[in-house]
Amino acid sequence: MAWFKKTRKPIKGDAARSVPEGLWVKCPGCKQVIYNKDLAANLQVCPKCAHHFRLSAAERLRSLFDEGAWVEHDADLRSNDPLTFADTKAYKDRLAATQKATGLKDAIIVGSGQLDGLPIVIAAMEYAFIGGSMGVVMGEKLTRAAERALAERCPLIIVSCSGGARMMEGALSLMQMAKVSAALSRLDKACLPFISLLTDPTTGGVTASFAMLGDLNIAEPKALIGFAGPRVIEQTIRQKLPDGFQRSEFLLERGMIDLVVDRRQLKSTLAQSLRFMGAAPAPAPPEASAAAEQPAP
Amino acid sequence: MAADTLEFEEPITLLQKEMAAVASLPSTPERLRSIASLEARIQELRADIYKHLTPWQRVSVARHPNRPTVLDYVDRLFTEFVEIHGDRRFADDHAMVTGFARYHGEPVLIVGHHKGGGDTKQKIFRNFGYAKPEGYRKAMRAMELAQKFGRAILAFVDTPAAFPGIESEERGIAEAIAVNLRDMAALTVPVIVIVHGEGGSGGALGIAVGDRILMHENAVYSVIPPEGCAAILWRSSERKVEAADALKLTAPDLLKLGVVDEIVPEPIGGAHIDHAAAAALLDGPLRAALSASSAHDADTRLELRYRKFRQMGSVGIA
Ligand SMILES: [Zn+2]
Repeated sequence: MAWFKKTRKPIKGDAARSVPEGLWVKCPGCKQVIYNKDLAANLQVCPKCAHHFRLSAAERLRSLFDEGAWVEHDADLRSNDPLTFADTKAYKDRLAATQKATGLKDAIIVGSGQLDGLPIVIAAMEYAFIGGSMGVVMGEKLTRAAERALAERCPLIIVSCSGGARMMEGALSLMQMAKVSAALSRLDKACLPFISLLTDPTTGGVTASFAMLGDLNIAEPKALIGFAGPRVIEQTIRQKLPDGFQRSEFLLERGMIDLVVDRRQLKSTLAQSLRFMGAAPAPAPPEASAAAEQPAP
Repeated sequence: MAADTLEFEEPITLLQKEMAAVASLPSTPERLRSIASLEARIQELRADIYKHLTPWQRVSVARHPNRPTVLDYVDRLFTEFVEIHGDRRFADDHAMVTGFARYHGEPVLIVGHHKGGGDTKQKIFRNFGYAKPEGYRKAMRAMELAQKFGRAILAFVDTPAAFPGIESEERGIAEAIAVNLRDMAALTVPVIVIVHGEGGSGGALGIAVGDRILMHENAVYSVIPPEGCAAILWRSSERKVEAADALKLTAPDLLKLGVVDEIVPEPIGGAHIDHAAAAALLDGPLRAALSASSAHDADTRLELRYRKFRQMGSVGIA
């Protein structure tokens, strides 16, 4: 599945391209120098050309939950390296190093809280964790997230940012596609909203499962979104791919994405969408509602 | 046949040549004895080789051009097959076969990838088993037909991958597979999956959500082809042998990991050497799986299917 990952430096989390350290950064969109604090104040969107820098999972959740606050779920789940996989390096060691570098146990954070006053479960992927790849832990956490939304009768948002299934967990990774999709099928039958947000990049087995199953599939501008990676397709057809192929706007044009939304309008668009789909604010605390039921004197 | 000989089968070919040479001479009692003994040695050698296949060797067997296709099984195990075509949206994908038939007298729906077998023209016609979005939609449309009329579904999996090309992406290959994963989970009729050849990642899984997953002894099922995995992780597709080892893509490995439920035995020397024997060996496990799933009411079946996929990967969580 993860065919598309580059052959050269596939495994390092591509941290350099996400939020850079230091005082300023050169924008890959307009080549201008931007101060990091200006970027941070603008949801990591270039104020000059609207280039969307990649967000970490935690930054993403902060940008969506009211007051930037959530209750995290299943934070301790981690892979036990079920295949005892080793390539040029043992997967166990790769995991340990990535866990240390990111402070996360795997490539996803799941939290519940409120979005514009609406109770909600949101899952966000961490690209710096082995390319946001989906293994058994991500599959389990997403399944639990869907089951939690079902139990609490609240909406679910999954923010994808992933190269696809995690090779080092073999077919078990592949099966997570079916597992999460089955859980979403239950949410679907219960008429609870599920919104898929596709960010740069969303490819492979993540796209070919839950990321394409939203009641709404929303993409950030210019995100790479596809099934097969560009390199694999080029090998198949033996020619260069057209410009903009597999970008959000291309998918929008082909009818595969419902809307492309600038990150700065994202939260309000999500709130409007969720309300359309019947999401309602949490009921007021019992005392208050009891008081409201008192007939006016 | 020689062109289809797998590398590790060379010692068998040598003995076969020797036997053919003796057989071409005028028959004498001594020569007949010699032929019989060579034949016995071939059997023994083949059994021994196939007992000790490495994962990479299994990949070659699974991809063998004479590996039985879905239609080879249909010919031998089913009656009254009626093929149906197209996704009613765009095209008829020849890499995906759909149709209904009778299995031991009972009406069933069959879906399956088709790589084209040993014939070059057929291979091209079938796009080497690389299905496009319309293939997955065709399969789902056929499965919905089965669902509507309460017929069981048998899904035969054998594909290198979903087709990685521009038109696949344009027409939403990811969406097509995703919808199948979601909607197959909700089918109320029995669904039995047979991974009989190459289970190539999402392209395989796109028709492989069922109540019971059977896997042939020499089939493989993987998140990525070993060559692709080697190219990425070892930075050389030459390391495919190691990658095949590491990926745990064989039937015994996947049985242990809880990805498949049962291993379907093959004739000694692989399903490709005797299609009739391969079909006969599939019949028992397939029939048992189907009757087990059919014995449940729809709600129980749905719940069991959900739990089956729900537990996948639990073995890998600390
Ligand atoms: Zn810029």
